Amino acid sequence: MEENKIITGCKVIIIGGSAGSLYALIQILPEIVKVNSFAIVIVVHRKSSDEQTLEDLLTLKSKLEVKPVEDKVPLLPNYIYIAPSNYHLLFEKEETLSLDTSEKINYSRPSIDVSFESAAEVYGSSLIGILLSGSNKDGTLGLQAIQAAGGTVVVQNPLSAEMPFMPNNAILNMTPDFILNVQEILEFILSVNSTEI
Amino acid sequence: MIEDIELETLINDVYEYYGFDFGSYSKASLKRRVNRIFHLDGFTHFHDFLSKVRTDPEYYKKMVDEITVNVTEMFRDPSFYMVLRKEILPLLGTKPFIRIWHAGCSTGEEVYSMAILLKEAGLLHKSILYATDVNATVLETAKKGIFPLRMIKDYADNYRDSGGQQDFSNFYIANYGFAKFNEDLAEKMVFSQHNLVSDNSFNEFDLILCRNVLIYFDNKLQQRVINLFDDSLAILGFLALGTKETIKYSISTSKYKQIEKEKIWRKIK
Repeated sequence: MEENKIITGCKVIIIGGSAGSLYALIQILPEIVKVNSFAIVIVVHRKSSDEQTLEDLLTLKSKLEVKPVEDKVPLLPNYIYIAPSNYHLLFEKEETLSLDTSEKINYSRPSIDVSFESAAEVYGSSLIGILLSGSNKDGTLGLQAIQAAGGTVVVQNPLSAEMPFMPNNAILNMTPDFILNVQEILEFILSVNSTEI
Repeated sequence: MIEDIELETLINDVYEYYGFDFGSYSKASLKRRVNRIFHLDGFTHFHDFLSKVRTDPEYYKKMVDEITVNVTEMFRDPSFYMVLRKEILPLLGTKPFIRIWHAGCSTGEEVYSMAILLKEAGLLHKSILYATDVNATVLETAKKGIFPLRMIKDYADNYRDSGGQQDFSNFYIANYGFAKFNEDLAEKMVFSQHNLVSDNSFNEFDLILCRNVLIYFDNKLQQRVINLFDDSLAILGFLALGTKETIKYSISTSKYKQIEKEKIWRKIK
């Protein structure tokens, strides 16, 4: 499980989180100067009235360019995409992102499960799902879908999470490929698709 | 999750039996919606579900109501309504007559929001609001102008954030958990069934609102619908879409000028 195995062939890393995940993200994102040809998609629970604050903050913290998410925007490698507030974020076979305003799932829109399941359908084994801190059970079913489709699953070590409920719930209901603290998640992301160890 | 091939079979059967074409809907969302109703209604085999849809027109109607998304709210995205109030309505107000089309109006919350803006601007008497949807059930709700009272606090906040200055309770009467909006707001509304997938333009408008409808369509259908709006829009008329929707994948943007940061475009030629 926790061996030093490099994941290759990854097209998308999708990161989900809720309460406390912003703290992890603002530690991780500034350190990612370059990635090896995959897109990063971030799905974080947020207030429906927060139209732009999260995007602005993460754009400020990120070295990679954050592409604004609009309906049917192409999903390109080496960019960051953030699920907008008050929409579910979905993945189309044509490698575009699409949006949906249907009912909340796990009291959330965007819901992590919805995006993880949709990404798993399109990207299968070229997908990595990372679940961060949170106090809601959203994300667990999504990680199961990613694993079932052949993707790789990473869960933040609950001991390192501000809110351990969400990663704990995942660990109780499935076997992640990796359980990592914040610094290890950063190193993991940087290692993906790299050939040298 | 249901299989892609099962979804394709359903799309083909619905078209063959009922003439309704879901073929150009966004697949990711449609698949989730169909999967949801399939499980909610307790099916375990897809062919049982298909056979029910084919043989029971009532169930077919119910299924369509369930898979088309009808989530809406009053004054959704207050900053958008603020721009309508401050920038767009004063321009429209110079016209002798204002024709507005809410395409995909769902249960009508945004149509009543518009009527409130027009009334406050002293323009409602010379306006007409066409409100259309593909779904006859939601239009019945829209006609009544009765919305759940539990939502009203959010709507009142949205109204205030959009620049509204009145006491929001002036616009409705609360009773038995519902808010019935004043009938004078509905006097200039015309509700009718219209399918953006297959129906054509039916009038010329000064303002067309179609918010969070195009997200359910694939790019080809989005192009069709944007061109239908273009055909239905007077020169210097306005097209308003949802906050994450764009015309840029569908039509030459040189024909349109975007208003500030909002998803409102003015037809300039």
